[in-house]
Amino acid sequence: MLILECPYCGVKAEETELSPGHEAHLKRFGPGSSDEQFESYMFARKNPKGVHFERWRHTYGCGKWFLAARCTATLEVFGTYPAQTSEPPADIVAKIKARRPNWEGVK
Amino acid sequence: MSEAASALGNASFEGFATIREIGPMGMIALRAKHDLPQLSAALTAVLGLGLPERRRILTRGEVRVGWMSPDELLIVLPYGDVAATVAALTQALAGVHMLVADVSDARCIFRIEGEKAAQVLMKLCPVDFAMLAPDELRRTRTAQVPAAFWAEQGGYTLVAFRSVAAYVMGLLTHSAQPGSELFPG
Ligand SMILES: [Zn+2]
Repeated sequence: MLILECPYCGVKAEETELSPGHEAHLKRFGPGSSDEQFESYMFARKNPKGVHFERWRHTYGCGKWFLAARCTATLEVFGTYPAQTSEPPADIVAKIKARRPNWEGVK
Repeated sequence: MSEAASALGNASFEGFATIREIGPMGMIALRAKHDLPQLSAALTAVLGLGLPERRRILTRGEVRVGWMSPDELLIVLPYGDVAATVAALTQALAGVHMLVADVSDARCIFRIEGEKAAQVLMKLCPVDFAMLAPDELRRTRTAQVPAAFWAEQGGYTLVAFRSVAAYVMGLLTHSAQPGSELFPG
């Protein structure tokens, strides 16, 4: 079971209180972008076995979207942080590096 | 004007805990960023209650103010006081980015009473009851629908959407069946 702490209301929410929002930190490509950029924004998603950054919504709680860093293989959660964050916070990156020395980092 | 009626006509059930649908109950949704300087002053002036801490519910007599999210409060009060309170809050918060809405008739409200009341909810909600603060307003789900509850004199009060009132009553009734307690004694 996956338990994520909502950074807004502080509830340690069990997975069934949450809705998945898929990959986090996507850069939007809209008007003026190339076909390749738009295709990648629209369709190309990471699917790592290991460290992953995701969007989640506290659907049955405060209703807010937040971001989570976790390992898809072990369900280890490295941290959660507000959705108004354009890249993974330094403390979470440091925690991942400590736990996963071979992690290739945020790309 | 037509007479206000609760969703289930105050249905009740006696199991290992008592389930009562109560109401009609006044409920106001107040949406505004909680760091708005005017907010706490408006709550104090209109309700005599301040701004609740995160996930807490404040009580004064029959009036409650609960923390629903970083930009939403739930005000629970007697049904007859809603119109005047909505008007007073709207006036007290004039000019700021906020919303005050009467949601009384969009909601239903239940009491779960008795020494074993918590067990009724433990079966239905993914909540660690040992971690709940006494004055905590917990938003969660009851089986398949959203709900919010808090502890109150000898039990819990639970709020849900009115459209699922019969479903929630069914859940609570089934969960409170005599002999289906989680813990002996
Ligand atoms: Zn939350």
